[in-house]
Amino acid sequence: MIDITMPRLSDTMEEGTIATWHKNVGDTIKVGDLLCEIESDKATMEYEAYEAGTLTEIVVPAGQLVAIGTLIARVDNGKGDAPKAAAAAPVATEAPAAAPAPVAAAPAPVVSASVAETLEAVGAVASPLVRRLAREQGLDLSNVRGTGPGGRIIRADLDKAVPAALAASTRGGALPMTSGPLVDEKRGSTEIAFTPVRRVIARRLGDSARSIPHFYVTASADAEELVTLRAKLNEQLAQTGRAKVSINDLLIRACALALREHPLVNASYVSDTSATMLVHDRVNIGVAVASNNGLVVPVIVDADHKTVSELGAEAKELITQASTKGLSIDQMSGGTFTISNLGMFGVEEFTAIINPPEGAILAVGGTKKEAVVVNDEIQIRHVMRYTLSADHRIIDGALAAQFLQTLSRLIENPLSLII
Amino acid sequence: MTLMSYRQALHDTLRSEMLRDENVMLMGEEIGVFEGSYKITAGLLAEFGEKRVRDTPIAEEGFTGAAIGAAMLGLRPVVELMTINFSLIAIDQIVNHAAKIYGMFGGQAKVPMVIRTPGGGGQQLGATHSQNIELYYAFVPGLKVVAPSTPADAKALLLAAIRDDDPVLFLENLALYNTKGEVPDHDEPAIIGKAKVTREGHHLTLIGYSRMAYVAKKIADQLADTDHLDIEVIDLCSLRPLDRETIIESVKKTSCAVVVEDDWLTYGIGAEVAATISDGAFDYLDAPVRRVAMAEVPMPYAKSLETAALPSEDDIIQAIYQTLDAIGHRRSKTGPHD
Repeated sequence: MIDITMPRLSDTMEEGTIATWHKNVGDTIKVGDLLCEIESDKATMEYEAYEAGTLTEIVVPAGQLVAIGTLIARVDNGKGDAPKAAAAAPVATEAPAAAPAPVAAAPAPVVSASVAETLEAVGAVASPLVRRLAREQGLDLSNVRGTGPGGRIIRADLDKAVPAALAASTRGGALPMTSGPLVDEKRGSTEIAFTPVRRVIARRLGDSARSIPHFYVTASADAEELVTLRAKLNEQLAQTGRAKVSINDLLIRACALALREHPLVNASYVSDTSATMLVHDRVNIGVAVASNNGLVVPVIVDADHKTVSELGAEAKELITQASTKGLSIDQMSGGTFTISNLGMFGVEEFTAIINPPEGAILAVGGTKKEAVVVNDEIQIRHVMRYTLSADHRIIDGALAAQFLQTLSRLIENPLSLII
Repeated sequence: MTLMSYRQALHDTLRSEMLRDENVMLMGEEIGVFEGSYKITAGLLAEFGEKRVRDTPIAEEGFTGAAIGAAMLGLRPVVELMTINFSLIAIDQIVNHAAKIYGMFGGQAKVPMVIRTPGGGGQQLGATHSQNIELYYAFVPGLKVVAPSTPADAKALLLAAIRDDDPVLFLENLALYNTKGEVPDHDEPAIIGKAKVTREGHHLTLIGYSRMAYVAKKIADQLADTDHLDIEVIDLCSLRPLDRETIIESVKKTSCAVVVEDDWLTYGIGAEVAATISDGAFDYLDAPVRRVAMAEVPMPYAKSLETAALPSEDDIIQAIYQTLDAIGHRRSKTGPHD
């Protein structure tokens, strides 16, 4: 008998949802057969059989979220070793002792690893009872103060905790919230199941906002020439039947070149215990996309080596793919810097949360006409505003300001972007 | 129902079983003419004669072995070992013969015998005569070990032990002989391997056997009155087989447990109970399982030291409160179910 467990399909994956089972109980399975599709935090992946046999049990049905390592199915490979529970039964010549009552008769515990990880992350311990309740009800123990011996979180602490704090789980996910107070009649609340994407956004950005000392530097650039250049470029591109470029494509190029000039911004903080930080030689720029499948950040690798039209074509392809068949994990990994542009929504400026393990993120507002002073005269010019959020553990204010200075210079001299 | 002592319940049950089945016979030191060191067999020699009530030499190994042979040939001997301390002299017969004959010889001979013997300290009998070593027998597959704490259970378990086809070590306790309780008039044998919930409650599970089951019940009743605590008490009644299910079900309800025992802590019965809880109710525990047991010393003779070595009621109450504190149970003297 082979136990099939939820695999780890990416570095950041902690739990996965079975999207579809492609085999039924009783089906014969060959090596390489598609067993099921699994939704991870980043993508839907096909899971193939590594060993042949007969599928004897599907433990986790489609649609259910479980931690990696959780038993999802059993395959009989002809080596019919007895289930572990039976093997452990006492050999007794006397009337058999009453066997321990089965505890795990309930459905497989959900997000069990998450409870342990949450506790580890906040340096807390919880009694087994509390851990089970947290698993079953999707409670977030990071908000609960333990009052048991040594700060252990005990059952009584759950009763005292504000239901909202428990419900504010970044891991509760598609679990049914079984305890009554979480659905609030007075507020007319309804529950919406977390998608895997929503879950990873919640967790990673929550971690980022809590642990990274962000600071923000805002600058603006005269984008008049950039807008003019883009219009001319698109005119020519249209004549040769090629795709247009957007302001954003030009901005990706500008950021890539600015990062080349300021490599210490293209960097990562490693950990509190590490004696080093990482400076990345390659410039891989993530572009935040509000896709049909949620916020995703496809990464354009080696953005500093690509032309504006290459960047435009690649960005367009990635954005389309994000909303249709979805992005692969590879397409969303390895970023060194992120651009988040809300200009198309008329936003003037905003601040963004750093996408770990990157060191900085650029939040870009709309390019709008403004009255500006040029040579002591008021002129109507296009102006673009942007805010850099930087990790102060590795980037200081002056460095952030210099980076923005370079970025503004490139935007105001846009020919440097296309030569 | 009749109110009687634990001692009386044992006596009456032996007598009624001897009347019921002529194969039931008694063996032991001073059980006939002297009528037993603790008078359990009072009057039985006179009533049933020497053939069925045999005074033996002071030779535990010899007469225990003789009883095993008698059992193999169809009698149902009930051996009295004056205290469990003396069973050490007979331990080879009990462990290597009584427990193993049925299994080793393919079931050709059963060994339907009972070894009655009291344990218990607190009588100033010194280190070698005050031990609680029932664990040695509860450890051995092939034996059954029962430990009644009330007169009614003494009757029901002795009926079951005599009628059982396996060798049964029947643990009595010096401190229980004079305790009294209501005993059913009819003969209803207990089921060996079944624990009893002697008090239902939801705050904490308190587990004991023999004298400690009696003490546990007493403390739980007392704390219900004084501190409005609702403690569930389990009397194990049988050490082998151990009723794991009843223990687990109770802890699933209460989320915490204290085990009390008269034997030593290390490797004791309480350790097995704690392991059972960890196996079967781990996900229901809100606090570690606590054990209260005797100090890890040979029993001192001096009264003050003997008292100090034995688990006291205060020790048990303290363990109960440490456990309740660990699960955040607020002490209350105002309401029955805080």
